[in-house]
Amino acid sequence: MERDTNFILGIYDDEDVLKDAVTKVRDSGVKIHEVYTPYPVHGLEDVLGYRRSRLPIAAFLFGMLGTCLALTMQLLMMAVDWPMIIGGKDHAPIPDFIPVTFELTVLLASFGMVGVFMISSNLKPWGQPRIFDLRSTDDKHVMAIDIANNASIEEAKIKEVLQSSGASEVNNKSFE
Amino acid sequence: MQVTSSVREPLVTGGKTYKDVTHDVARQVEGKPTIGWLLGLAVSIGVLLLGFIAVAATVWEGIGMWGLNKTVGWAWDITNFVWWVGIGHAGTLISAVLLLFRQKWRTSINRAAEAMTIFAVICAAMFPVLHMGRPWLGAYWALPLPNVFGSLWVNFNSPLLWDVFAISTYFSVSLVFWYIGLIPDFATIRDRATGIRKTIYGALSFGWDGAAKTWMRYESVSLILAGLATPLVLSVHTIVSFDFATSVIPGWHTTIFPPYFVAGAIFSGFAMVLTLMIITRKVFKLEDYITMVHIELMNIVIIITGSIVGIAYITEFFIAWYSGVAAEQYAFINRAFGPYWWAYWSMMTCNVISPQLFWFKKIRTSIVFTFALSLVVNIGMWFERFVIIVTSLHRDFLPSSWAMFYPTWADVGVYLFTFGLFFTLFLLFAKFFPVINMAEVKSVLKSSSEKVNK
Repeated sequence: MERDTNFILGIYDDEDVLKDAVTKVRDSGVKIHEVYTPYPVHGLEDVLGYRRSRLPIAAFLFGMLGTCLALTMQLLMMAVDWPMIIGGKDHAPIPDFIPVTFELTVLLASFGMVGVFMISSNLKPWGQPRIFDLRSTDDKHVMAIDIANNASIEEAKIKEVLQSSGASEVNNKSFE
Repeated sequence: MQVTSSVREPLVTGGKTYKDVTHDVARQVEGKPTIGWLLGLAVSIGVLLLGFIAVAATVWEGIGMWGLNKTVGWAWDITNFVWWVGIGHAGTLISAVLLLFRQKWRTSINRAAEAMTIFAVICAAMFPVLHMGRPWLGAYWALPLPNVFGSLWVNFNSPLLWDVFAISTYFSVSLVFWYIGLIPDFATIRDRATGIRKTIYGALSFGWDGAAKTWMRYESVSLILAGLATPLVLSVHTIVSFDFATSVIPGWHTTIFPPYFVAGAIFSGFAMVLTLMIITRKVFKLEDYITMVHIELMNIVIIITGSIVGIAYITEFFIAWYSGVAAEQYAFINRAFGPYWWAYWSMMTCNVISPQLFWFKKIRTSIVFTFALSLVVNIGMWFERFVIIVTSLHRDFLPSSWAMFYPTWADVGVYLFTFGLFFTLFLLFAKFFPVINMAEVKSVLKSSSEKVNK
């Protein structure tokens, strides 16, 4: 995959300044590559215009799968393959199946959702992330602007926009 | 960065900045181990090895090593099992239930509390596995496989099997929830490190880069996991209580068990969180993050759950009388005034009377009292399970079978083993993992102010 290598970075100290800055930068026509923050900043995804995550839907579907699998498993084992009368109960005592069904629903919903999260966010133990600025996992918010993606706007102009939006530093960053 | 609110006390004291948070938490991971930590680890591993003798003897000789007899077939093993599982519940309560209620004070204690959950569940799982007698076969006896590879399946009518599913789901989901929270903090440590540590924490951080889109998904995952873990944690102790409540033994056969067990679990779990946190904040100098506010709030949870437990004890007694069932009435009179009266009254004193002391603000904001009472509560909760289990069994249906239970050295040793295991794991966690969720603490640093926040 061809990846862009030249970026301009705006470094911000404060989350509220950052959120205003995102709006200002987007209004000025500059496209933001991504914003990197040391902690979850509430409302940042809204000003960046990200669509709501569909992970809850994934969790629901995996949960339903868990419910179906658990019920099928218990019915096949208890009522179909080797039916036995235990404590005078029915061969298919559905109320007795509730606990295991519930547990497997939760198990599959959690693992399925987390799996989808890992894949969609490209999280893996051998992952080599591109770190724009080491301080972005410590105390600074980093806004990355892809130069190639903003070819119509001059570099100096982009820097000016970042500076006026409240960035404490504006740097260039190139990857190999 | 330090802000003050006229309404609420700040959650982080000492005028900490974002950088200070990173530094204060990461320095434990990066620095050389302290003498205190090494000493603690040595003692824990010593206890672990000592206890291992009992575990080995139990596996080698069989569970005849324990003090069980034909009347009291369940005693310390199941008592310890329920005790450890109960302790684990506070971790999930703090991380999941308090997240759903948007309680910001959870942020500086959730990491360690969840670690406690995971280690406590590991300790708990030791007991049913050892009680199988042949633990190497137990691995598949408990699974939904045809029994002994014949044609019979496991019995899904049995609460003991439900427990297998409940505990293993609880363990797996807690582990995942905990790890997802650790990923951003591992990335912080990775970005401060060099050499081999950078490689290790780099792998542990799963290539986290802190992108806004990933954070958005992270928040979504945390919320849904919290939503799933909340009914899960309630179901786990409910199912543990079914192990007793679905039987026909007088003293066990009561419908109050599920809520009463859940309240008791949270009660003992918060006590254990306090025990661990009071030591951790002192040793790692984290008093600015785990403040008196946190300790006081946890003590308030202890008063509430302790009172629920107290009411449950009284209700049980009342219902035993009101039911008119002679066997049920006898079971409760025997509990309080029979040969195990001392266990019953230890339980009553530790669980019902002692937490009421927290109504005094002086006591619930005193480190010494809180620490002492947190130990008392856990002793009391151990006695609660012992009382429920042993006093209900030891007076069998036939007076000729009446017996007492006396623990052997192997009973004590296996219990010691789990203590060694728990503290070894916790100390390793405290040294090599960030004990406080840095990212989440940073996210609440600013918001307690009404000046800065719009």
